[in-house]
Amino acid sequence: MKTVNQKGWFFVLPVLVLVAFNALIPMMTVVNYSVQETFGDNVFFWEGLGWFEQLLNSERFYAALGRQFMFTGIILAIEVPLGIIIALSMPRQGFWVPVCLVLMALPMLIPWNVVGAMWNIFTLPDIGLLGYLMNTTLGINYDMTQDPVAAWVTIVTMDVWHWTSLVVLLSYAGIVSIPDAYYQAAKIDGASNWAVFRYIQLPKMKTVLTIAILLRFMDSFNIYTEPFVLTGGGPGNSTTLLSIDLVKIALGQFDLGPAAAMSLIYFAITLLVSWVFYTVMTKDDAQ
Amino acid sequence: MAKITLSNLKHSYMPNPSGPADYALKEIDLDWEDGGAYALLGPSGCGKSTLLNIISGLLVPSEGRILFDDVDVTPQPPDKRNIAQVFQFPVIYDTMSVYDNLAFPLRNRGVDAARVDARVREIAEMLDVTEMLGTKAAGLSPDNKQKISMGRGLVRDDVNVVMFDEPLTVIDPHLKWKLRSKLKELHQRVRATMIYVTHDQTEALTFADQVVVMQDGEIVQIGTPVELFERPQHTFVGHFIGSPGMNVLPCEVRDGGAFLGGAHVALEGAVTPGDGVVQLGIRPEFVSLGTAGMPARVARVADVGRHSVVDAVLGDVTVKAIVEGPVPEQGAEVHVAFKPEQTRVYRDGWLATEAGQ
Repeated sequence: MKTVNQKGWFFVLPVLVLVAFNALIPMMTVVNYSVQETFGDNVFFWEGLGWFEQLLNSERFYAALGRQFMFTGIILAIEVPLGIIIALSMPRQGFWVPVCLVLMALPMLIPWNVVGAMWNIFTLPDIGLLGYLMNTTLGINYDMTQDPVAAWVTIVTMDVWHWTSLVVLLSYAGIVSIPDAYYQAAKIDGASNWAVFRYIQLPKMKTVLTIAILLRFMDSFNIYTEPFVLTGGGPGNSTTLLSIDLVKIALGQFDLGPAAAMSLIYFAITLLVSWVFYTVMTKDDAQ
Repeated sequence: MAKITLSNLKHSYMPNPSGPADYALKEIDLDWEDGGAYALLGPSGCGKSTLLNIISGLLVPSEGRILFDDVDVTPQPPDKRNIAQVFQFPVIYDTMSVYDNLAFPLRNRGVDAARVDARVREIAEMLDVTEMLGTKAAGLSPDNKQKISMGRGLVRDDVNVVMFDEPLTVIDPHLKWKLRSKLKELHQRVRATMIYVTHDQTEALTFADQVVVMQDGEIVQIGTPVELFERPQHTFVGHFIGSPGMNVLPCEVRDGGAFLGGAHVALEGAVTPGDGVVQLGIRPEFVSLGTAGMPARVARVADVGRHSVVDAVLGDVTVKAIVEGPVPEQGAEVHVAFKPEQTRVYRDGWLATEAGQ
């Protein structure tokens, strides 16, 4: 007869408690808010699914969501290919390897709000080095506080500067793990540089690249601090991404119910996209 | 297919080599005949992989030339030389099917689809992988992966030489003999020049018609497996090939005869004149224990299956002997005799007796 040992549950308990306190309980309070209305003084009224209904019919939400997808789409389209190109052109042995790695890691070590503040000062048209140079020396009209296009160019550039390194470092780890024999065999087989990339380097980078894209998607989709410090969501609402809009509703307007409903939908979208992407990318390996 | 000539080849991995010690390859002069099956045998670090990479063009030698059919190819890159190489760890293109893997070298050279198809099927047939053609190469077992990487080398019918760099290292022991005989069979079918690099004497001796033995960047002896076994030109060859290797014993040479611990030892032929440190070389296979010969004491007996290896102490040296059938006990007093036609003198490591009649 098979003995049943239930002791295993006991060892899972600490993790369960941890997850409960840092994820489940905070999340449930949000769920709680999302179905109620309050006017302060800790008095709540039952609202049902009203906030969700209102949100899904709100133009403002779709506009912010659209901007959010646009931002994530643009930075992924730039950072992933750029990261791969940089990783491919980095030296694989010798003196310059640690130098390159440290240079690459530097932007990632800077706190988010500092990055926002840095780029704000750097690009201000009157006092910023870049802003001043562009407007006076080069004669290009560039003012991210007035012009939505300039604002977008600035937040995208800032994100590329801050986070391309992540893609570079992960891709680089994938590339250096390829044994020399693969390159030698490809040379003997007469493979072009493109074929070497397509059939050797890219397949070997696939796992790390999946993780890199997933991390960049989640991070950029939830981005708040940097654009908030840089543009504050402006000019107008042009750079009001989903998280900035959410904070405006929750703390600016103190609409806890709608903000909670929005948080849940926001979370659901992030989770869904990540899950679909990961499932599709790892489908082949499971076979 | 081509005859390959290595002329005054030297290679150093250092930018400014000063002495012979800085060279991974010291002065190699060698001809590989068209269609031959060669093995390059030597211990790790003897320069055999360096030599292989120079022939394939992955390395450019510091000095000397490589000729394919008397055409100098020294400056040519690997893809221009029309060679094929199979590596220690199987190299396959994970995302491609077995078929596409085999077709890859042909497609890269712009061969038309019908020809590619015919060649791929022919090679797959030879390697017994026809039923795997449609599957993804990533999921194959190591021995099948290694077969596919061999196939990529053989699929081109214009290859000058196929080189194997210790190709059986990662293969399970019970599959090694299978792949080894497959290789031999392939050589007989395609008749391409093949060079097989290994440190495993069994692999070298079973595969090759001619074995090139290397040590410290130098070629010590070139010969058939039988020649290497029966008449090693250097004590290194004698010791490296064979299990256990040749007995190399300190001896004295005077009046044209050899003496071991004062006793006269009959040799295959006359000792060539010269100065240097002399040693006696005799394979354990040709040492017999009996009632005649030099007195010795049995120090150790190892039963290795088909026969036993007996360590006999003779004065202050130990002689290994291979004994079939009943063996003397440890500590027993025996008499050791050497077969004269297999007993030789080596001077400074090199053979110093004339061949007997």
